[in-house]
Amino acid sequence: MNVMTQSCATPLAIAIRPLFPTLESTEKVQPLCYLDTAATSQKPLSVIERMQDYYLNENSNVHRGAYQLSAQATQKYEQVREQVKNFIYAQQSQQIIFTHGTTEAINMVAWGIEPQITQGDIILVDTASHHANIVPWQQLAKRTGAEVKAIGLTTDSRFDLESYRQLLTLNPKVVAVPHITNALGTVNPVETIVELAKQVNAITLIDGAQAVAHMPLNVSELDCDFYVFSGHKMYGPTGVGILYGKTSQLEALQPLMTGGEMIKTVSFEETTFGALPNRLEAGTPPIAEVIGLGKAIEFIQNNLTAEHQAEEQALLQYLQAQLKQLNGIELYGAHESNIAVVAFNLLGEHHQDIGILLDQQNIAIRCGHHCAMPLMQHLNLKGCCRVSLGIYSTKADIDQFITALKAVQELFAE
Amino acid sequence: MRLPDNSQFQYQAPDFDELVTLFSNTRSWQEKYRHLMLLGKQIPTLAKEYRVEAAQVDGCESAAWLYHQQINGKHYFIADSDTRIVKGLIAILMAYFHGKNTDELPEQAIEMVFHNIGLSQQLSPSRTNGLQHITQQMQHKFVKLT
Repeated sequence: MNVMTQSCATPLAIAIRPLFPTLESTEKVQPLCYLDTAATSQKPLSVIERMQDYYLNENSNVHRGAYQLSAQATQKYEQVREQVKNFIYAQQSQQIIFTHGTTEAINMVAWGIEPQITQGDIILVDTASHHANIVPWQQLAKRTGAEVKAIGLTTDSRFDLESYRQLLTLNPKVVAVPHITNALGTVNPVETIVELAKQVNAITLIDGAQAVAHMPLNVSELDCDFYVFSGHKMYGPTGVGILYGKTSQLEALQPLMTGGEMIKTVSFEETTFGALPNRLEAGTPPIAEVIGLGKAIEFIQNNLTAEHQAEEQALLQYLQAQLKQLNGIELYGAHESNIAVVAFNLLGEHHQDIGILLDQQNIAIRCGHHCAMPLMQHLNLKGCCRVSLGIYSTKADIDQFITALKAVQELFAE
Repeated sequence: MRLPDNSQFQYQAPDFDELVTLFSNTRSWQEKYRHLMLLGKQIPTLAKEYRVEAAQVDGCESAAWLYHQQINGKHYFIADSDTRIVKGLIAILMAYFHGKNTDELPEQAIEMVFHNIGLSQQLSPSRTNGLQHITQQMQHKFVKLT
């Protein structure tokens, strides 16, 4: 299908927008054109109201109260664990660890597997990774004498399976890659990546921060050892994330944090840790956020239908096509199969200028290195502009953005 | 760190009062930013050999470099950025600070200047353009003098 001539209607996104207060706010003179969902998604009213209701009526600590209110909070909190389990097709709810976000989840693994890492071990990381999937491994390497090696990219900025295959001959201990890259939106062949890693017994971690809001996920089928994601990029609250792991892998992790409900017994001579999942959830967890996340999952399950996914994909292709029509523009790794993200620069212009001038027109996009400096170095860029879509993004958003970008170009041309 | 020659420091910055009048008459964002980017072109650029890390201002996602020289009790600055808008914002700072001693600084605080010309958001600490850091570094030179 030729996307240049394709009509790009977004009726499902239009219908869903009233559920998002920030997008529908009438206080602003100009409506917000929010194209930065890859940084954080807007939140539907159901999530906001659920969290408010928790604080208004149900607030109490979990796992310790002898009273009804706490028992109820615990029950609701644990229900969300069950919900997450079903959402990502994990086998047991104890495989779902609540964290404060993707970054914390990766740090928990990179810290937790330290006893399994020895000097000279190899850790493979995708060049297009977010810093959160690079730095914790570098730190682990520093502590243990292991070595982090970057898996290369193809000339069109995709995951290079050939480079990966070659690096696998070094028998890496760990392979950590994003499911979808945050700066470009390219989709990594995670099934193949995991399958090949298993042949050399490498532990696999998939950073799914950019994936969960856009596509269905089945971690049991994928068969990775760890899968991590954040609530706030999937229409849920900030401050909550998920670490999924195979039970044996989670049990082998040394806890990054200790104290609170992860404890079984404590004396000054010796402390023993409790069982999963509590073992990896030290301190009072983000209870309201977890409960809000439950609503976000419900929201995705009810609304991210195959039809809506197709609409979002068509919208991305429309965006790519509209951008490509502009003069003096360069797109990076822009493939039709990408998910929700386009990265670009106007030639000879600084990405920050573009961001500021779009902001003047109420367009919210991200301009910078996108916490992916090694990728920027690979592309030989200081940074770039990133437009990203969500379930509420419409053709009108894209048209408004393109018009605004043309106005920026005109101003530069003067 | 090698400084540019004294002669390079002694250029004429845009006139402060004219600049305030210019911005007070702008009607649209296009006009405002057009003025800003044109202003940026009125101040000297730094040759590549001076765009070095030692002169770089922290806190800028875009790179900015700042040099200072005190000549006969007055403060002279050369600053550059690889973006058009920060360069324009720097030109405003030059109109305010460049070639002056403490007594000659405008009465209005620099924050108020940015506020009055509708650019105060660019000076906010939440911005990654580093303007706040550049401003502080320039202000600091005058504080030392008193």
